[in-house]
Amino acid sequence: MISDGVVEDEEKWLSAGIAGLQQNAFHMHRALDSNNLKDALKYSAQMLSELRTSRLSPHKYYELYMRAFDELRKLEIFFKEETSRGCSIVELYELVQHAGNILPRLYLLCTVGSVYIKSKEAPAKDVLKDLVEMCRGIQHPLRGLFLRSYLSQVSRDKLPDIGSEYEGDADTVMDAVEFVLQNFTEMNKLWVRMQHQGPAREKDKRGKERGELRDLVGKNLHVLSQIEGVDLEMYKETVLPRVLEQVVNCKDELAQYYLMDCIIQVFPDEYHLQTLETLLSACPQLQSSVDVETVLSRLMERLSNYAASGSEVLPEFFQVEAFAKLNNSIGKVIEAQENMPIAGVVTLYASLLTFTLQVHPDRLDYIDQILGACVKKLSGREKLNDSKATKQIVALLSAPLEKYKDIDTALNLSNYPRIMECLNDGTHKEMANVIVQNILKNKTCISTAEKVDALFELIKGLIRDLDGDTHDELDADFIEEQNSVARLIQILHSDDPEEMLKVIETVRKHILTGGRKRLPYTVPPLIFSSLKLVRRLEKQEESVSGDEASTTPKKIFQLVTQTIEALTSIPVPELALGLYLQCAEAANDCDLEPVAYEFFTQAYILYEEEITDSKTQVTSIHLIIGTLQRMHVFGVENRDALTHKATGYSAKLLKKPDQCRAVYACSHLFWLDDHDSIRDEERVLLCLKRALRIANAVQQMANATRGSSGSALLFIEILNKYLYFYEKGVSQITVESIQDLIKLIRNEMQGDASPSDPAADAFLASTLRYIQFQKDKGGAVGDKYMLITD
Amino acid sequence: MNFIVGAFKPACHISVTFSDGKNRKQIPIKKDNGQATTVPLFHSQDNITGTITVEPVSGKKVEHNGIKVELLGQIEMYFDKGNFYDFTSLVRELDVPGEIYERKTFQFEFSTVEMPYETYNGVNVRLSYVENVLGYRYVLKVTISRGYGGSITHFQDFVVWNYTPPPSINNSIKMEVGIEDCLHIEFEYNKSKYAILTQLYFTSPFETKLNCTSCCLLGQRLIAMLILNWNADLSRYHLKDVIIGKIYFLLVRIKIKNMDLEIRRRESTGSGSNTHVETETLAKFELMDGAPVRGESIPIRLFLSPYELTPTCRNINNKFSVKYYLNLVLVDEEDRRYFKQQEITIYRIGETQ
Repeated sequence: MISDGVVEDEEKWLSAGIAGLQQNAFHMHRALDSNNLKDALKYSAQMLSELRTSRLSPHKYYELYMRAFDELRKLEIFFKEETSRGCSIVELYELVQHAGNILPRLYLLCTVGSVYIKSKEAPAKDVLKDLVEMCRGIQHPLRGLFLRSYLSQVSRDKLPDIGSEYEGDADTVMDAVEFVLQNFTEMNKLWVRMQHQGPAREKDKRGKERGELRDLVGKNLHVLSQIEGVDLEMYKETVLPRVLEQVVNCKDELAQYYLMDCIIQVFPDEYHLQTLETLLSACPQLQSSVDVETVLSRLMERLSNYAASGSEVLPEFFQVEAFAKLNNSIGKVIEAQENMPIAGVVTLYASLLTFTLQVHPDRLDYIDQILGACVKKLSGREKLNDSKATKQIVALLSAPLEKYKDIDTALNLSNYPRIMECLNDGTHKEMANVIVQNILKNKTCISTAEKVDALFELIKGLIRDLDGDTHDELDADFIEEQNSVARLIQILHSDDPEEMLKVIETVRKHILTGGRKRLPYTVPPLIFSSLKLVRRLEKQEESVSGDEASTTPKKIFQLVTQTIEALTSIPVPELALGLYLQCAEAANDCDLEPVAYEFFTQAYILYEEEITDSKTQVTSIHLIIGTLQRMHVFGVENRDALTHKATGYSAKLLKKPDQCRAVYACSHLFWLDDHDSIRDEERVLLCLKRALRIANAVQQMANATRGSSGSALLFIEILNKYLYFYEKGVSQITVESIQDLIKLIRNEMQGDASPSDPAADAFLASTLRYIQFQKDKGGAVGDKYMLITD
Repeated sequence: MNFIVGAFKPACHISVTFSDGKNRKQIPIKKDNGQATTVPLFHSQDNITGTITVEPVSGKKVEHNGIKVELLGQIEMYFDKGNFYDFTSLVRELDVPGEIYERKTFQFEFSTVEMPYETYNGVNVRLSYVENVLGYRYVLKVTISRGYGGSITHFQDFVVWNYTPPPSINNSIKMEVGIEDCLHIEFEYNKSKYAILTQLYFTSPFETKLNCTSCCLLGQRLIAMLILNWNADLSRYHLKDVIIGKIYFLLVRIKIKNMDLEIRRRESTGSGSNTHVETETLAKFELMDGAPVRGESIPIRLFLSPYELTPTCRNINNKFSVKYYLNLVLVDEEDRRYFKQQEITIYRIGETQ
């Protein structure tokens, strides 16, 4: 409310100021038009008196100032004409100083001074010196800043710079620099003073207002950087020390931060590099509240970019020992600013690291050194919880990864894991994620168990629950993370099987600590990785048989068994079952019958004891059947036992259609195309007949419960099985039985009670089309089909 | 002096022409009736020569007991208006008693006239401070004495300026201590001959005037301490001079809003218990805007030429003095004024100097 009033009042004052200004400007214009110098001076002074107000905020004052500025341009042109009409510029220079009020007087003086320099009747340096000196009369910060900004504005193209038309004697550049420096110094003093004047309760407001004015001060540095004559030598000897002196001595947080940043931004990189020591030595002297870490970070960022601009500049860095200086200075700054937030410290080190990676990519010792210093600072504290700091740490740790694209390098840095130790759980996890992503992105191959161990130690945030991290829900992030870990496990690879086994063992050791939440994600890739090794071994054995390798499939299978057992503690039986079956298949390929049998046993046990959900049972039984069908390693007995069990399970499924489908699937267990030993026609037929019976039962049940028969879909499916085995030459499947079946299906589908089922219609149609197709094809199969008539 | 007597029309017309009048510089003045006119400029030791023309109104004759011209230096005290005190009086007889029928011219000459004082016109003349203002002029008075009907007189004003060398400096410069000042210390600064630094202790204008010792004992508040570093000899400036200097703030304990430099003129007339003092501010020149901090130095550059100054006059014929003062005023945020006053001597130098 109050501030609203203030804003309103300010608007009022501003418009009053503008009105006064315009009115006097009008009179001034008339005086200018009639070449009336006296009136022109009078009205311009009155016009400029509007700038004497103390009521406006910097923002509004600027608006007023800009209007006055425009008018002064016109006045300047008039002064110039006046001198060409014969009025002495020296007289004019005196005349404007008769004004009684200081602010208008000095604005006019600067305006005439500009003409004076252009006239070249006096050396530019003398006029400038006089102007900058006279401006001391304005001690009011806001008005002083704007006046001096005006001076800076009108003088910037008139400095006695080398090559400028106002160039003076030998020391000409010095004069130009001296002028700008002095103006800068005074402006900065005024700017800083602003903070300390006025009531304490408006301190924040003043800080904000000062922020709006900072560019007026910073502009001077920009002007300095534009002076042609400021070469490295002069920058080193005069400009930088003087500017820094002012920065350090002003003891103002805002000014120090802004000006340091300004220096870094406006002057060229090579200057910074050559004056690194001077620049850096100022940093520890800044106020402790100054965000010096950002300043230094920006500097290092600039230097990094400079280094990246081309390899030809790198020798400069080596020559000035940039790393040592920066490192040293950072140490000092951290020491000097005791209460620097840890985020700041980390930011500094992160920037230094970026710089080092850019300039000395080959010096891992430097990098380790930086990390070491960081660890020193971090250790002995509580784990980091400051979000800014953790963000910076992540940046710090990610930088080497991004640069080298190789986790190997990071694993060589002894201090890397130590920093990870200092992170809180969340960040640790985040960082671990970054590492994993990096590996995945770069497809880094990690091939020794030792490295894997180190790596998993590094990313333990992902591998196991850390203290206090006990939430149970599986959110998307967690799943994403674990999938990443799974991918990571997949890409671990060593050409040497022995080493690979060690790698697997190491991974296993780590992932088994992961708890129930993680195991379902981490175990499968490990199992597959192991099985991959098994298959590789098997191939090798074929080529180099007789080699007494310590790494045998058996050993791996033992390991695998133990690993899968870990899953049993978690209710994910279907997953374990799947894995067992995969293992069994692998064992089958290795001709290890007992092992395969054992795996099947485990799978059956799981099926019997753990898998109770009927839907899961259905998928599981199909898995079992599918796997078992492909097994060729079993002897008759074992196979019988297993197939018997499988058919048994099938018949005991809850839903009749499921039963039916499982049973007819079982028929395949007794007929393998490429195995003569497994061709039991009778049992194939038995299965199919049983399936038919069940399908009938389904229809009857449907009739009983709903009054209409169900779909004929099951019959058609069974028909297809019939056709399959018929085609394969199972003699028990007769043409008649097929024809009966087709008739049966037609009856079912034409029955009054049967609902129309488009899927069944289409299925039947395509089945019949297939029969027709086979007939048309001719040959042995075609002949067989020709027998089927309907 | 009533030179137009009663309802009589003047019987003749008198005019004065200076022989080198065309070459003389003309100085604008204001006459008694407020009209502006220009009169010729003379200096001390000048020869004042010319012709006086008496022209009777057509057809009339002027009978007289003699015609004379007087050169008068007069002081007019305004509390005693109309009474002139003549400090210089020279007379030349122009004609013996007789009659004038037609236009007649007379030559006159005052050679190497001593005119030690400059013409001075108190600025307040046109204001109502009648009892306290003064004027001070040189005039040529032409008198035609007549037996009856009173004498016919004619006044011709002219201006006297005296160029003087810079007055000698009194090394033990007495600072004119403002009434509120309680202490000042003077000392010579460095080897520089003219730079004199003065520490000033300003006191609040509301506090009782105390002598310096007691001030310090009473713990008078020291509100600001500054060094004035004037140009040249601190106390003397010519009329077209520039006051150049610097003010160093050694200590600031008040919130200063601005600082002005004023030029004040003090006219004092009479003597003893009859002394009348009139002070006016001729110039108010803002030196600084805003509050300085310790260590700031503020430049001073004040051109004297735009102001209507006259040379300093000290005790002219025990009748009056005109003195000039520089007054440094600090105004704080509550509009309290703190000031420091110091006399300066103003003198006139020749145009070519």
